[in-house]
Amino acid sequence: MKKEALSDRRKFILTMARGIGLSAMGALAWSAYVGEVKAAPLILRPPGALPEEDFLKTCIKCGLCVEACPYDTLMLAKPGDNNPIGTPFFIPKDIACYMCDDIPCVPICPTGALDTASVQSEVDGEMVWDIKKMDMGIAVVDVQSCIAFWGIQCDACYRACPLMDEAIVIEYDKNERTGKHAFMKPVVISDVCTGCGLCERACVTEKPAIFVLPNEVALGKAGDHYIKGWDKADEARLKDAKGETTTTELSKESALDSLNDMGDLY
Amino acid sequence: MAMERREFLKSAAAASAASAIGMTVPSDVQAAATSAQGDWRWDKAACRFCGTGCGIMMATKEGRIVAVKGDPAAPVNRGLNCIKGYFNAKIMYGADRLTKPLLRVNAKGEFDKHGKFAEVSWERAFDEMEHHIKKALKASGPEGVGVFASGQYTVMEGYAAQKMMKGGFRSNAIDPNARHCMASAVVGFYQTFGIDEPSGCYDDIELTDTIISWGANMAEMHPILWSRVTDRKLTDPDRVKVINMSTYRHRTSDLADIEIIFSPNTDLALWNYIAREIVYNNPEAIDWDFVKKHIVFAASPVNMGYGMRRTGEKSLKDGKYTALEMETISKEMKTIVSEKEAPALKPYGYKAGDEMIHKPAGLKHWEISFEEYKKFLEPYTLDYVAEISKGDPNESIDSFKKKLQTLADLYIEKGRKVVSFWTMGMNQHTRGTWVNTLSYNVHFLLNKQARPGSGAFSLTGQPSACGTAREVGTFCHRLPADMMVKNPKHRKITENAWKIPAGTLNPVGNQHIMKIHRDIEDGVVKFAWVNVCNPYQDTASATHWIKAAREMDNFIVTSDGYPGISAKVSDLILPSAMIYEKWGAYGNAERRTQHWRQQVLPVGDAMSDTWQWIELSKRFTVKDVWGEQPLRGKNKDGSPKKLPNVIAKAKAMGYNEDTTMFEILFANEKAKSFKVDLKDGIQGGYDDSESRGDSRNVVGSDGKVFEGYGFFIHKYLFEEYAEFGRGHAHDLAPFDVYHKVRGLKWPVVDGKETQWRFNVKYDPYAAKANAKAGTNNSHAFYGTLAKALTQGDLMGIKDKKKKSLKNKAKIFARPYMDPPEMPDETYDMWMSTGRVLEHWHSGTMTMRVPELYRAVPEALCYMHPTDAKKRGVKRGELVNIESRRGSVKARVETRGRNRPPEGLAFVPWFDEKVFINKVCLDATCPQSKQTDFKKCAIKITKA
Repeated sequence: MKKEALSDRRKFILTMARGIGLSAMGALAWSAYVGEVKAAPLILRPPGALPEEDFLKTCIKCGLCVEACPYDTLMLAKPGDNNPIGTPFFIPKDIACYMCDDIPCVPICPTGALDTASVQSEVDGEMVWDIKKMDMGIAVVDVQSCIAFWGIQCDACYRACPLMDEAIVIEYDKNERTGKHAFMKPVVISDVCTGCGLCERACVTEKPAIFVLPNEVALGKAGDHYIKGWDKADEARLKDAKGETTTTELSKESALDSLNDMGDLY
Repeated sequence: MAMERREFLKSAAAASAASAIGMTVPSDVQAAATSAQGDWRWDKAACRFCGTGCGIMMATKEGRIVAVKGDPAAPVNRGLNCIKGYFNAKIMYGADRLTKPLLRVNAKGEFDKHGKFAEVSWERAFDEMEHHIKKALKASGPEGVGVFASGQYTVMEGYAAQKMMKGGFRSNAIDPNARHCMASAVVGFYQTFGIDEPSGCYDDIELTDTIISWGANMAEMHPILWSRVTDRKLTDPDRVKVINMSTYRHRTSDLADIEIIFSPNTDLALWNYIAREIVYNNPEAIDWDFVKKHIVFAASPVNMGYGMRRTGEKSLKDGKYTALEMETISKEMKTIVSEKEAPALKPYGYKAGDEMIHKPAGLKHWEISFEEYKKFLEPYTLDYVAEISKGDPNESIDSFKKKLQTLADLYIEKGRKVVSFWTMGMNQHTRGTWVNTLSYNVHFLLNKQARPGSGAFSLTGQPSACGTAREVGTFCHRLPADMMVKNPKHRKITENAWKIPAGTLNPVGNQHIMKIHRDIEDGVVKFAWVNVCNPYQDTASATHWIKAAREMDNFIVTSDGYPGISAKVSDLILPSAMIYEKWGAYGNAERRTQHWRQQVLPVGDAMSDTWQWIELSKRFTVKDVWGEQPLRGKNKDGSPKKLPNVIAKAKAMGYNEDTTMFEILFANEKAKSFKVDLKDGIQGGYDDSESRGDSRNVVGSDGKVFEGYGFFIHKYLFEEYAEFGRGHAHDLAPFDVYHKVRGLKWPVVDGKETQWRFNVKYDPYAAKANAKAGTNNSHAFYGTLAKALTQGDLMGIKDKKKKSLKNKAKIFARPYMDPPEMPDETYDMWMSTGRVLEHWHSGTMTMRVPELYRAVPEALCYMHPTDAKKRGVKRGELVNIESRRGSVKARVETRGRNRPPEGLAFVPWFDEKVFINKVCLDATCPQSKQTDFKKCAIKITKA
C-alpha cells in the first residue's frame, strides 16, 4: 500500500518536472532554469550518459529512463533541485543505483543521451549488458570520518558494493595501538567503481564518510609522459601521448628575446 | 582475486609488532573505570550485542546516554568496537519505546484475547498475571506456566527468574533462546568434559598457527575476534593458516588460505575423515601417552530421531499439521537408510534401503574400546567423504580432495598449533551434539586441546549465553553452576541455599524452548512469559506457535523495550528497562564476567525484568504454590506423577501459609544484609531503581509509588548466585571487584583468573585434581557429569557395571547421518538462515537505529546466479521462498557478501517483513534440543 502511494507521488513529480522541461514557462521558473542549467558540477547522471555537455544537448527530458527505473532511483530535476531542470539524475544517499543486470533505463532512451554501446560488451559475438561498464561517478572515502580507519569493524560500504572485492577492496593493516587487532580499511578501486552509490547509502556515519562524486570532480589525472615501469597495462596511456611543447614563466619568451635582454643582470 | 589478496597480506606483514600477549596497557588508558569531565560522565559497561564481550564506556549527560566509546583498557577489544557496538548509545532511544503496560481489552476495559491493546497500570498488569498464572497452575500444574528466557538476561535477572520459577512455581518450564544458540555446544561439553564451557580463551588467537572456522562467519558475527585473527595472519602470513569451512562462501573466506564449501550436514563426515587420517594413515601422530592417561572412547545410539514431534502427540492427532508437513515429521519415527549415509552406518549394522526405527534415546552413552572406535572410523576414506561432502557442484572432486587432505595435514602437522572455532553451523544441527563432540576427538588424539594456542573453541552468539543462560542455569534441566534438576543431591544443595523446603524443586526438567511452544499448541502451557527475547520471531515453524498463542485459551506476556513480533502476539506487554537502565552483568564466550552500573533511568514507566519478577513473587504465597502439584505422566508403579505438599515443612522452617515468595526468595534476612550504602564506592552517584526507587516515582504493582526494596538487591542476587560456583570450579570474584576490573575469566582463584582450564599448569582446579589423584598428568578433565560409564561396543551396552573415568574426557564414535529434510524434486534447494553484521538477531534494536536500518533495510535471498537464471528471476526481483511449512517473499541477491553454491539459498532472519522462520523446520538435535536453522528444503519461484 505504502509503495503505491509513493509511486503516485513520484508520478506527479515526474509529470511536473517534464512539464517544466518541455513547455514554455513563466519568468520565475525560467530564471530558475537558467541558473540551474549552469550550476550542476556535482550532478550524477544515469548509466551510459554522454559527457555532460553532450548529454545536455542530447537529452530531451522525456523521463522515459526515470519510468524504466525499478527502484525509483532516477528523478527528473525540478526547480530548486539546483540541477538542469527536467534532466534525469540520482542522489545515492536517498536511493542508490542498484545496477540492474539488464540496465533498463538505458535502451529506452530515444535520443542516445544514454548510450547503449557504452554499457555493453561483446560476448561470443553478441552485445550483452555489462554493469561493470557503468560509470556514473566514483566513490570517495573521507578517511578522517570513516570509522574503519579508526579501527572499528565496519565495512558496511564494502558489503553493500555490488562489485564487492573489485570496486571496493579491504586493505588490512595491523593496529599497533592495541597490538592484537587489525584495521580493515575500505579502498575504492577507481577504474572499477561505477558510482552506483550503494556504499554511500549503506555508510553508517551521520554524514556518509564514503560518497559519490562525478568523475570529473573526484578524479585526478597523472600525465601520460610517465608510465609505470612495473605495470604493463599502464602503457595503454601511451596511445594519447604527444611530445608537447612546455611553457613556464621562464620559458615563455623565445630564446633570442631573452638572450638579448640583459635586464638587471649587472 | 583470492591469490592476489594473499600476496598482499604477505607484503603487508609488519616487520615487528608489539606482542599482544602480556602487552602492557598504556598508563593513560588505565585510568579509573569511572571519570567525570565536562558535564558528562563516563562509566564502564559491556557491549549489548554478541558473545565476544567487548568492554565499552558510556557517556551520560542530563539523564540520557549520549555516547559510547570502546574501553581502551578492555582486554578483549582494547578500545575498538564493531558496527553494532558503535551504536550502543542509540539502541535505547527508538521513537516507539514501550513506556506503559499494555493489555488487550474489550470496550468495557476487561481483558479480552481478541481486544486491542490499551494502557493499564502496573497494578492491573500484575493482577492479570496473577489471575492467569493461578488459572494455569490449576489447569496443568507447574508445567502449565512457561517462560521464554534469554541469553541476553543479565546474570541477576536470570537468577531472579530461575529462583521464582523453579523455587516458587516449582516449574522447570523456563528455557532461554540460548537453546537455539548454544545447547549443542553445552551438551558437547557435558558429554566430553563433564562440565560446561570452553577450555581455552581468546588469547589462543595470538598464540596459534592455524585458525579453522567451522560453520562460523566470524568476519560478520564476531568482528572484533576476527580482527584479532586478521592481525595474527598479518603478523606471520606464511606460518599462520586460515581455513574457512562452510556450506556457502561468506566474508570469512576473504582472509582464508583455503575455503572448503561442503554439503549441509557433512561436517560430521569431515571431522571423522580427519580422525581417520590420524588413526589409519598417521598413527604416529597420536599422542598415546596423553590419550591413555586422559581419554576413554564412547558410543551412543544412532536411531534417535531428529527432535520433531512424535506420533501420538496431541496436536498431531488434532490434525494441526498438514500432509506436506507430515512428510518430514514422519522421519521422526522411521527413515530409510540412504546410499549417502549407508557406508557410515555400516558398522552399526545398517545398509542402504534398510528401515531405521527411531526412538527417543536421551543422553545415554557407554564406553567402547579403541579398536571399536577404529572400526567406526573405517568408512571415512577420502573418496567416500569427498563424494558426499563436496558442496559446490562446480568444483572438481580432485580440487576438493586436495583441500581435505591439506586440512587434515594441518591438524596433524607436528608442532603446529591449531584452534577450531565454530558457532551456529555446528550448533544448529540435528546432530549438533555429535558434531561438537567430534571436534574434540581430533584435538584430543593429537594432544592439541586445552593448551595455549590449541583447542576446539565454541564461540558464543549471545552476550550472556554463557554468563546467564548456562552459568546461572536458566535452562529447564539446569540449576546454577552446572547442577541438574534431576539430580537429588543438586536439588538438595539448591533448596538449602534458597531456604526452601526439601522436595520443593521439580525433578522433571524437559520443557525446553521447542517443548514450551509445542506444549502451548497442545494446550498444556496456559501461561507464558517472554523475557529479553523474541520467541515468536526466532523459532522455526513460526506459524504454528503464533496461531497457538493467538487462537487458543492461554495468556501470553511479553516484557520488551520495543514492539516486536512477540509483543504483537501477546495478551499483555510489560515495558522493560533496557541494558544500561539497570545494574547488570554478562559473561562472554571466554568465561569472562563483566559488570556495569545503572547509567540512566528507564524510559517512561519501564522497569527491569528483575523488578517484574520480584513484584510477581509478592502475589504468591506458600499455600498457592507449595501444596501437592500434579505433573504429567506416570511413575514406574503406575501412579500419576506429582510434586509433594511441602507446606508442613515450610511451616517447620518458620514460614506460614501466607508467607509470600517475595519474603522467602527475595526479601529474606540474607538479602537485607546487603545494605544500600552510598559510600561503599560502588553505589554512590548511580541510580538503583530497584533498591531505592527513583525520581520518576513510578506507581508500582500495589498502586503506590515504588520506593525501592531498601537493600542492595543486585549485589544480593549476584553474591547468592556466585556462592553456588565458588569452590566448584566456577569461582566468581566478589561483586565489588567486578566494578574495578575489566572482567575476569572464571574460575577466579585467589584473585587470579584462569586462561586454560583442565591444564595442570594453568588451572588450579586441574592441579588440585591431579594432586588428589596422585598422578603426574598434564591435564585433569575434572568435570563430574556422566563420569561413570557402562561398557559395550558400537551396537550397544554389553556390561552394565559402571566404570569411573575420573579426570578423563571422551572421544565419541558418531557417524554421518542425513538430516530429516533434504532437497528433492519439488523442494529442490537447501535453505540456511543466519545473521548479518549490521543487525542483531530479530532486529528489534538495530532496525531502530537509522544508520543501521539504512545500511541494511531488508533481508535478501542470496542465491547462485545460475539458480536465479533457471527460475527466471533477476537480481533485485522478488521471489517466493517456499517450504512444506510456509512461504515468504524476498528480493534476490546474486552478488554481494554471501555467495551460495548452486542448490543452496541463504536468507537472514533479522527482518520481520521477511519472516523466514515461517519457512524453517523445527527439527532439533534430539540430545541438545537445539533447532537446526541451517537446513531445510525449499523451492524458489518468481513472485
